Amino acid sequence: MEIFQEALPVLWAGLKLTAYITVIGLLFGFIIGLITALFRLSPISPLRWVAIWFINFVRGTPFLVQLFFIYFGLNTLPFISLQPVTAGIVGIAINAGAYIAEIVRAGIQSIDKGQTEAARTLGLTGAQTMRYVILPQALRRMLPTFVNQAIISLKDTSLLSVIGIAELTQRGQVVVSATYEPFKIWGMVALMYFILIYLLTKLGDYLERRYEQR
Amino acid sequence: MSVIQVDNLKKSFGQLEVLKDISTEVKEQEVVCVIGPSGSGKSTFLRCLNRLEDITDGHVIVNGHDITDPKININKIRQEVGMVFQHFNLFPHMTVMENITLAPIKARGADKEAAKQTALQLLKKVGLEEKANSYPGELSGGQKQRVAIARALAMEPKVMLFDEPTSALDPEMIGEVLEVMKDLAREGMTMVVVTHEMGFAREVGDRVIFMDGGFIVEENVPSELFGNPQHERTKAFLGKVL
Ligand SMILES: Nc1ncnc2c1ncn2[C@@H]1O[C@H](COP(=O)(O)OP(=O)(O)O)[C@@H](O)[C@H]1O
Ligand SMILES: [Mg+2]
Repeated sequence: MEIFQEALPVLWAGLKLTAYITVIGLLFGFIIGLITALFRLSPISPLRWVAIWFINFVRGTPFLVQLFFIYFGLNTLPFISLQPVTAGIVGIAINAGAYIAEIVRAGIQSIDKGQTEAARTLGLTGAQTMRYVILPQALRRMLPTFVNQAIISLKDTSLLSVIGIAELTQRGQVVVSATYEPFKIWGMVALMYFILIYLLTKLGDYLERRYEQR
Repeated sequence: MSVIQVDNLKKSFGQLEVLKDISTEVKEQEVVCVIGPSGSGKSTFLRCLNRLEDITDGHVIVNGHDITDPKININKIRQEVGMVFQHFNLFPHMTVMENITLAPIKARGADKEAAKQTALQLLKKVGLEEKANSYPGELSGGQKQRVAIARALAMEPKVMLFDEPTSALDPEMIGEVLEVMKDLAREGMTMVVVTHEMGFAREVGDRVIFMDGGFIVEENVPSELFGNPQHERTKAFLGKVL
């Protein structure tokens, strides 16, 4: 029992950092994803081209390599010095951003063409139509998929331990090397991730049900 | 002066020529009904009148503006051309009130309170004042279509386009929508109505256009077109639908 009491505060601090990085990373990831999706669907072909290549590149490379590139690669450039946590957030944001871009694009394209026609017929501009008519519906429809991406990003943060961020997995390693109790400690770490993800899943189910009601 | 003038309008989708040289006009306060078999190009014709479809050739002049001119501000033109669709196309995430006030506020910069007052009057006109705070999903088909009409009217259009506004409705709801449209016609609204409701065309229409195969085959006052059709194709079509 003692071992749990000893480990808990340390792991709890790690869990908090994990949650923090996930939330901030996803927030920026959402903004990146939204902008990329709008670029992707833009009539202006250079914007489309940038969006397509950004998405392809991020999806076509391992997250760990992206992370090393940001933390070790970018940090060799002049005027750039990213702290590990900042690099971690940037990594999560860019990675999630590319996937969210595809989620948002699919959401926008799933909205009936008649909605755009009705809005344009009333004299709204293309941008107003997107903002007031299409996006609100698309985002609502995409909420469950966003939650799914949030779960993936949350799991991805465990890789941040390799650049020395004291998130949950990294704290787990530290406690294990201090206590020599890998079975109990990794069991605890797994349970803590599981609870967090379980709550997210429930949130996703709830949002899905609420969406279907309208 | 004519509200809409169509000169030698042609429209193709790729290789498929759907409108093959259409010329006609719609005068102020006139109600023009467009009838014809399915696939004859009625919807496409209507959608060219507010450039919902790119116009392949010819000219469409709306309120004195040639909308085929690529430099024209089409959003401004569209504000004066109301359109009602077969499938309503209400915005499902907005209340009835928000559906109606969105365009006046955002496209025309109307004051919010004034827009709401106008919306309430329009809802009263279509008999749905008590539905202002409902969502489209809570309305019947007939109610949805009446809201769609109110939404279009909120922009104070000079002309209203209707594309088979009653075709998606259960039979018992067709009457309520036609009633609203008759009221509009009586008040002097200029209207172009694509419809399968021959009774409506006969009773309310000032002129009826019969389209087939991308052409206007025949156009005339309803009594003549229905009572004394000149073309074989018109006779054949009327024989089937009347
Ligand atoms: N967006 C489109 N792309 C290709 N073909 C189309 C499109 N819209 C309509 N058409 C074709 O144009 C013809 C006329 O269609 P439409 O104007 O809808 O006729 P109606 O309203 O009289 O039934 C049909 O053959 C239809 O398949
Ligand atoms: Mg049609």
